[in-house]
Amino acid sequence: MTAKLTIADYPLAETRSADIRGQRGKSLDDITLDAVIAGDITMEDLRITPKALADQAEIARAAKRPTLALNFERAAELVNVPQDFIMSAYELLRPGRAKTKEQLLQVASTFRQTYGAGQMASFIEEAADVYERRGLFTYRF
Amino acid sequence: MNNSPNRWRRYAQWDERPLRLDKFAAEDAANGFSAFTSPADPKPGVAVKAGRITSMDGVLAHDFDMIDEFIARHHLDPDIAQEAMAMDSGLVARMLVDMNVPRAQLVRLAHGMTPAKLADVVSRLNALEISFAYSKMRARKTPGNQAHVTNAKDDPLQLAADAATAVAFGFDEIETTMRVSRNAWSNAVACAVGGAVGRWGTLFQCSSEEAEELRIGMAGFTSYAETVSVYGTEKSFTDGDDTPWSKAFLAAAYASRGIKMRCTSGAGSELLMGFHESKSLLYLEARCLCLQRGMGAQGTQNGGIDGAPLTATVPGGVRELMAENLIAVWLDLECASGNDARSTESEIRVGAKILPFLISGSDLICSGFGSILAYDNSFNASLFNGEEMEDFLVLQRDFEADGGLTPLPEERALDLRERAVAAISAVFEELDLAHPTADMQQSVIVASGSDETRSFMPRDVAPISEAIKARGISVIDVIKALAKRGFAEEAGNLLSVVKLRVSGDYLQTSAMVRKGKIVSAVNDPNDYQGPGTGYRVSEERRLELNSIRDVLDQKEVLRSEALHEKEEAKRIQYRVIGPALRGTDPQEVVIGISPAFGLNLFQTTAGHRLSAVLKNMIEAIEKRGLKVRIVRFKHTADTSFLGLSAAGLAGSGIGIGIQAKGTAVIHSKDRLPHNNLELFSNAPITKLEHYRGFGANAAAYALGEMPEPVVVSTRGEAMGARHHARVALIYAIETGLTAEGAVPEDTEVKFTGAKP
Repeated sequence: MTAKLTIADYPLAETRSADIRGQRGKSLDDITLDAVIAGDITMEDLRITPKALADQAEIARAAKRPTLALNFERAAELVNVPQDFIMSAYELLRPGRAKTKEQLLQVASTFRQTYGAGQMASFIEEAADVYERRGLFTYRF
Repeated sequence: MNNSPNRWRRYAQWDERPLRLDKFAAEDAANGFSAFTSPADPKPGVAVKAGRITSMDGVLAHDFDMIDEFIARHHLDPDIAQEAMAMDSGLVARMLVDMNVPRAQLVRLAHGMTPAKLADVVSRLNALEISFAYSKMRARKTPGNQAHVTNAKDDPLQLAADAATAVAFGFDEIETTMRVSRNAWSNAVACAVGGAVGRWGTLFQCSSEEAEELRIGMAGFTSYAETVSVYGTEKSFTDGDDTPWSKAFLAAAYASRGIKMRCTSGAGSELLMGFHESKSLLYLEARCLCLQRGMGAQGTQNGGIDGAPLTATVPGGVRELMAENLIAVWLDLECASGNDARSTESEIRVGAKILPFLISGSDLICSGFGSILAYDNSFNASLFNGEEMEDFLVLQRDFEADGGLTPLPEERALDLRERAVAAISAVFEELDLAHPTADMQQSVIVASGSDETRSFMPRDVAPISEAIKARGISVIDVIKALAKRGFAEEAGNLLSVVKLRVSGDYLQTSAMVRKGKIVSAVNDPNDYQGPGTGYRVSEERRLELNSIRDVLDQKEVLRSEALHEKEEAKRIQYRVIGPALRGTDPQEVVIGISPAFGLNLFQTTAGHRLSAVLKNMIEAIEKRGLKVRIVRFKHTADTSFLGLSAAGLAGSGIGIGIQAKGTAVIHSKDRLPHNNLELFSNAPITKLEHYRGFGANAAAYALGEMPEPVVVSTRGEAMGARHHARVALIYAIETGLTAEGAVPEDTEVKFTGAKP
């Protein structure tokens, strides 16, 4: 267990550029123009990782921004969730898209079971409760 | 217009002012037209039981609407709420403007304050106090600015050129949008390439439909988003087709893709959407801002935004826009502080609107300064547009205030535009997307706006945009294309921007890039605690702010005079005869000329040659049968004393005094120095016929007549603004030549060959 990051560790790209890695394990120092020209870099190498977001959450907490930290933690859980599922979950969270509470709870369950996204799952379950109380599970158009 | 003869016609003139195009709304809280307070606004209050919020602002938990619920769960800190809510609002208001109360202490208290409490506190501050508190409370120390880069044709060549110039002016972010939504991908590539010309670090957004915007971001072309709008009533929120939870979900989705995100909210949106619940604009906005902090957004685009023009119609509306921005920064959010949608046709109201933000600083002073011409702005005209860029630059210089921008020399602007157009053309060719002709490129490089270009039209752009999307072209492909075609610097710059997302450092509050380094509220926190602290304009930065074009100095004045010296030498010769004595001939009028007249300075501030000025006066005097003697004075350069001294030497007792810059006086020997007979004080608008009339009147006085004075009428020009810098520099040359007790010299003036 390493010590929590503090604001002194920020910006991570400057204080530990060799440790910051993209999705395929390439470090920031490896991502050079020459490497791009040689065809060694893909968009995956330029994607943020759950680890980087967890680190940024620690820094946000150290900077006394707990709500920002929670957002980064939810984001960390979404990094490896496929884009299509993210967009369908977003769509279902919009008013009147889900016709029943069950539909939203199902999405929450997939986040928890399939993607290990427990915080996001709880967040969606909370939404489901509120939507039910406020009558959002109705046909809107 | 009322043309009744019984109307004071001043009102008719006022009718024609641009201001009268602005419409103003009566205060009417029941219908939502109230800036700061409404009878329907709740009283601040909170109850906490077992670490949970059981009521907030007069509403019990089981009656919470979605917004209350979200704020109670995600914004309010139950450990702080009771302490913060129990504090007297007047006391907290004073703490906001007390430089001895640290920002962190106030931010902590805000975590325990409800929307009604936050609104109650800031509504106690007047406009100056709000501006001061904003300066103290904003999150990042160094101010910045954001530009819109769009055009009426969605022309990618122009987008690239305009992005490059916006970057060169110093904008920290550029934002584009489209006339035709399917052109989004083309706009994104064009701005990404143009924004990589000259330097790297400008963040870029392509404002489009939510899902499309996220996809464009994932392809690497954009680096931030600010389209996540929130609203202050439940009904407007659901009408906007979202909920606080769906928006918070999006916030996490953007972060999960390494894309910086801020929310958007602003007074007037609920009013425009028809669901205002008769609440004040400020209270509704306080709800929006608490929501945004609760969602975990790092920042907000706030300050009316699209509702600013409506808010500005309400009494106190502009002060309200400032107040909501204050709540945003008090909640520790990055603030892109509006000043975007043009809220007035009055240039005076524009200048007044921007000033508090310019002098207090802001994370992004404008959340969309129109760097392009107003008609090219696809978001609609901004408060400031390309037309007014230099006005903004001069305001920075006037107040020594950092608005985030730096003057751009003309040659540099042209070079950058050439480079940007060449770069985007190369990318299009390399990726076989389009083949811009040399004529298209050249027309864009020199064009101020899309009316002047012969380039892509919206329907030419659609296939380009659709091909980028369909072929899955990513920023990697664009970087490779740039490098292959010899744009290695731009390729490297673009790669550097995309690399930001790997560490996510720029996801933290108020992050921007300056000189290749991340600068945010984490490593550049606002530490204002009174004079000498917080953001200060460094000497280096001050010189940058000063570097506007066409600045006068003495060297410039002398260079300009030297151009005329040779020409005047062909027309007139001045020869010193000897010391001037008092004349005895009652038919004699003396013209007293200043020390530098015709020797160092050769034209009046109106641009008349001094030879022509003298000739006109002499001829007019001689026409009345009188004699003229020219005397050069060296003991004074002051018009009154030149005139009085000339009168003292004249046999008639009447003299004219004239300075090289053209200021002239008719004097009589028995008058007090500043009580002259006639004066031309507005040399820059004095014409040769005026000087001729002056000579005629001097002769008339010498003959004992009472002529009609020559009047040089002004049309209300800002004479001082136009001329005084040059006048002062010229006059310093005159005074530099004076010597105490120097004897006046009779001077022979000979008009030679060339026509004066």
